[in-house]
Amino acid sequence: MSGLEFLLAGTLAASLPLLLAALGEMVVEKTGLLNLGLEGMMAIGAAIAFICVFHTGSHVLGFAAAALISTAVAMLFAILVIGVKANEVASGLAIGVLGLGLSALFGKSYESRTISGLPKIDIPVLSDIPLIGPTLLTQDIVVWLAVLGTIALWWVLNRTKLGLIIAAVGENADAARSIGYPVVLIRLCAVAFGGAMCGLAGAYASTVYTPLWADGMIAGRGWIALALVVFGTWQTGRVAFGALLFGILSLGELTAQAMGVGLPSQVLSSLPYLVTILMLVVISRRRSGLV
Amino acid sequence: MSQPALLRLSKVSKRYGTVQANKEIDLEVHSGSIHAVLGENGAGKSTLMKLIYGVEQPDAGHIYWNGQEVHLARPSDAQVLGIGMVFQHFSLFETLSVVQNVSLMIPGKPAELAQQIADLGDQFGLSVDPHAMVHRLSVGERQRVEIIRCLLLNPKLLILDEPTSVLPPQSVRRLFETLRKLQADGMAILFISHKLDEIRELCDTASVLRGGEVTGRVDPREHDARSLAQLMIGREMPNVAHVAPRPPGEERLRLNALSHPRASRFGTTLEGIDLKLRSGEIVGIAGISGNGQQELAALISGETRAQEPGMIEIMGKKVGHLGPMARRKLGFAFVPEERLGRGAVPEMSLADNSLLTAHGRSMLSRGFIRRSVERAFTRECIETFDVRTPGPDAEAGAMSGGNLQKFILGREIMLNPDVMLVSQPTWGVDIGAATAIRRRLLDMRDQGCAILVISEEMDELFEICSKLHVLHKGHLSPALDAAETTPQEIGRYMIGAAT
Ligand SMILES: Nc1ncnc2c1ncn2[C@@H]1O[C@H](COP(=O)(O)OP(=O)(O)OP(=O)(O)O)[C@@H](O)[C@H]1O
Ligand SMILES: [Mg+2]
Repeated sequence: MSGLEFLLAGTLAASLPLLLAALGEMVVEKTGLLNLGLEGMMAIGAAIAFICVFHTGSHVLGFAAAALISTAVAMLFAILVIGVKANEVASGLAIGVLGLGLSALFGKSYESRTISGLPKIDIPVLSDIPLIGPTLLTQDIVVWLAVLGTIALWWVLNRTKLGLIIAAVGENADAARSIGYPVVLIRLCAVAFGGAMCGLAGAYASTVYTPLWADGMIAGRGWIALALVVFGTWQTGRVAFGALLFGILSLGELTAQAMGVGLPSQVLSSLPYLVTILMLVVISRRRSGLV
Repeated sequence: MSQPALLRLSKVSKRYGTVQANKEIDLEVHSGSIHAVLGENGAGKSTLMKLIYGVEQPDAGHIYWNGQEVHLARPSDAQVLGIGMVFQHFSLFETLSVVQNVSLMIPGKPAELAQQIADLGDQFGLSVDPHAMVHRLSVGERQRVEIIRCLLLNPKLLILDEPTSVLPPQSVRRLFETLRKLQADGMAILFISHKLDEIRELCDTASVLRGGEVTGRVDPREHDARSLAQLMIGREMPNVAHVAPRPPGEERLRLNALSHPRASRFGTTLEGIDLKLRSGEIVGIAGISGNGQQELAALISGETRAQEPGMIEIMGKKVGHLGPMARRKLGFAFVPEERLGRGAVPEMSLADNSLLTAHGRSMLSRGFIRRSVERAFTRECIETFDVRTPGPDAEAGAMSGGNLQKFILGREIMLNPDVMLVSQPTWGVDIGAATAIRRRLLDMRDQGCAILVISEEMDELFEICSKLHVLHKGHLSPALDAAETTPQEIGRYMIGAAT
């Protein structure tokens, strides 16, 4: 297989954790909140999913458990921020640290254990297409579900009343309340959704993408996802595009091979983080220039 | 009346911290009646309406709907009963379009809603483009959207908190016709306004609030504006004696063929605007909002940059390319028409809001804020301009509408500007305070300040200005001498019949 074929085959899977976490956070931010705890919520989801699959062998159970536990952590954030009106940034960071800590604790005795991933699905006709058939179009079930889910989310946010309500709450919570929308409930649901998406993202990373447990395996992907929301200017399509872009970057060496550049692998693996920092700087400059 | 009242309040009270906003209020509203609630700024009118609409809950007292006691925990409870409300501070979403805003409250397909909005607009003279983005609309247009949104709900009781404060005279006429039609259909209307003539014309009952208590119930048709005002403020209305202006001095603000393309499909293109403003004079710009007032104010204040530096001159300097800060440094001050968001930051305290424009008044030292100076300034502003508030730490967003206006205006006046632009100076201000504000502007004029006033209230412009212009569809009329022109002539310019 050439570098290009590897890229085609691997990009979607590599972007998936970023995509799920970023879309979840996007919805949270659209309702006017900011949850910085993505990294921790992904980590705890990853740990619980791994443990679950390790003992039961069921990926469905693993994903469900991960979504549940990360939602629980997200609810803690909601209680702090919506309930007792604690500072958003501090609360987000705190539950992030909590999630990371818990994942290390639970995962301790599973260090370096492996499980089996998910099979890639051969779709008749599609997989016969040359070049992209056996690579890009041969993916596991979660990838296909995520593609459908992204389209569904776009539709909900842009074409339905629910999407309108979310935008309204985010723009002017007082006004939304005064025309009778349950702002607190809507925000609570958004935070729960964001948590669940982080859980799923973590679960995919630990049980499908690299079905092997290692402490710190999320490796900053939560932060990249956070940056992606800003990069994608809170629009589903752009966030998804950003996730793909970072998926490619995170495949470092393969990408270099495909493009025929010979950079040291350390440089390549730090690339996503560098680009994230650059991107945030550029975006914040552009925004302050506008005001 | 044998029927029970549609809405009855009994000994309803509401307290915010140390402020007793409503105290043991009794009120009865009947179907087919237009009931006025009047009172000074901060008397508790908006608070009372919020209790009826379920935005806030009373600390004590009972609310009866058709004779049944009800508990309104949230606005949707009130909506279910058939109560609709147009807020004093709008509850629209700026990043959404008019139809989207409406669809948040009214079920239906966007296309059908757009049609309903257009129909209702035609029927009641509240026309507005259903697909316009709300942030592009003038304050007056936004209010139309709010009223339409409410009427689409077919309420039994309609609450209007200062609906006419920013509507141009023609629209007020049509709104009144609308309200009378609704009244004839049996709707009950609660109507708040500081314009006592409107209340006398429209309403059949009036409850007067002072300091959170009901101090009187009258038939406004049997009283003149003066005695209503007296009921409201509890003392005689002050008389304003006008000093004739002295001849104006040197030129302080000049617009030279100022043209600017509209920013969007819904904006107004300004074309060849010439204007001169001199020290010691007040020049007024009349016209119906939405004819370029917002654009013009943004250009003069520096929020939008002019295409060429020379199009705008402040204190003899070409400033078209400069930002608001640089213009303020030259001695310019600005009171925008939107108080919340442009004039003040609602989440910040009054003291911090002072800092926003008055930081140059030694409030900063080596980059640090000198809180004591900030507070002293704010306290002085509160006292001088009779702002009714607990103190400098009060949140701007929690102030009553008129009091916030007094604060913002006071803050700018205290900067001792050489040139000042004031948009809608007395919007939502009670008549006592409005008189005081106009007198302040005249005092400033006599001290040599050059003042440009943009207002929809013709009486106000005639009272304080020596020269008038009319803005119509982005064109500014030549200067008219206020002593020689008539409201009729201004009216012809306003509708484009004269140029
Ligand atoms: N959310 C709040 N928090 C604290 N105080 C408040 C709040 N809302 C209103 N108040 C205070 O309650 C009093 C009554 O305010 P309200 O808005 O009802 O006055 P109003 O009669 O509507 O005045 P205006 O004519 O200026 O609109 C004011 O002193 C105001 O500062
Ligand atoms: Mg009010």
